[in-house]
Amino acid sequence: MSIFSSKNFKLLTEPLNLQNPVTVQILGICSALAVTVKLKNAIVMGLSVLVVTAISNYVISLLRNYIPSRIRIIVQLVVVATMVILVDQILRAFVYDVSKQLSVYVGLIITNCIIMGRLEAFAMGNKPWPSFIDGVGNGAGYAMILIVVAFIRELFGSGTVLGIHIIPQSFYEAGYVNNGMMIMPTMALVLVGCIIWIQRSFNKELIEKD
Amino acid sequence: MINIFIKSIFIDNMIFAFFIGMCSYLAVSKTVKTSIGLGVAVIFVQIITVPVNYLLLEYVMKPGALSWLGSSFNGVDLSFLSFMVYIATIAAMTQLVEMIIEKFSPSLYNSLGIFLPLIAVNCAILAGSLFMEQREYKNIGEVFAWGLGSGTGWMLAIVSLAAIREKLKYSKIPAPLRGIGITFIVTGLMGLAFMSFLGITL
Repeated sequence: MSIFSSKNFKLLTEPLNLQNPVTVQILGICSALAVTVKLKNAIVMGLSVLVVTAISNYVISLLRNYIPSRIRIIVQLVVVATMVILVDQILRAFVYDVSKQLSVYVGLIITNCIIMGRLEAFAMGNKPWPSFIDGVGNGAGYAMILIVVAFIRELFGSGTVLGIHIIPQSFYEAGYVNNGMMIMPTMALVLVGCIIWIQRSFNKELIEKD
Repeated sequence: MINIFIKSIFIDNMIFAFFIGMCSYLAVSKTVKTSIGLGVAVIFVQIITVPVNYLLLEYVMKPGALSWLGSSFNGVDLSFLSFMVYIATIAAMTQLVEMIIEKFSPSLYNSLGIFLPLIAVNCAILAGSLFMEQREYKNIGEVFAWGLGSGTGWMLAIVSLAAIREKLKYSKIPAPLRGIGITFIVTGLMGLAFMSFLGITL
């Protein structure tokens, strides 16, 4: 089996748009919105989720024939929790300030529905390598939305991107004011709503019927 | 204690201030009736798991917490295990609660039944325990108030969203925005309304 057959490639690219975990499957919203005030936090969070999804998908897929179906949720939670503890310890060791700002949301990766959803829907019924790719694809789709939302919020909310001032000083002198609304948590919801709107007006098949 | 209770319902509302428990919040808020069922189930599990996790943290996992086993355990620090212990407690408790309700109150079981297993993976429950650890509440009474308050706040949010969504069915929304898109924006606006509670100091 080739490493990137066209089927596997589709597994990687579909979650980026038509099967996007955040905007189409509506999974993992909690953390997606809370960590998007700064772009740096969003990138770290996106990468953490990508790593956890990919590896726990792989592990569960390896174990899938040995897990009794009655206790599978607990087994899945333990595998995911182990991965999250690893990620949490690594974040604390190398990017302590970001880990402090992400606070409980790193721990909440355990109950992030993207991970549980992919484990249930994909890893329990597929071979390890496609599961791994599926995990990477879904993690990337999640990270993508996070980064877009965080970019908009940080640019308009604080006038910076990754902590570097982008909006020139002359704008402020001419009367430009940072949009304080963007820093507030509720704007993240409205932004995701708008992203869904834009995405669905390009992909008509995603429009919900009454 | 009353301060913590009021604060956790309105100011630190799980949904509007922290976006926690969003997945089931968006998925189950189509009708008022089911959202009340899920809300009650969340409160129920929350007031059991948060105090239990608090006791585990205080007497098993904190640095030096095991000293009641003898002085040789003074240096033991198991706090890195907290995620795993919390999630195991939650999964076990929901299972237990489900069995107890099934045994003693079949009518309540019929109305809550399908929601209880869902709750094990509801982030609101795990977040209740994680915030409990982060905010360092002093005694079990405060922890109980936090658990009850955060559950009530979550229920308040889901029931009011469900009520709005029932009315939204009759309004004319641009096709791509229909369904989940407008729900996001409505939640954002509700969050803005809830921000008016921020000025309250208790």
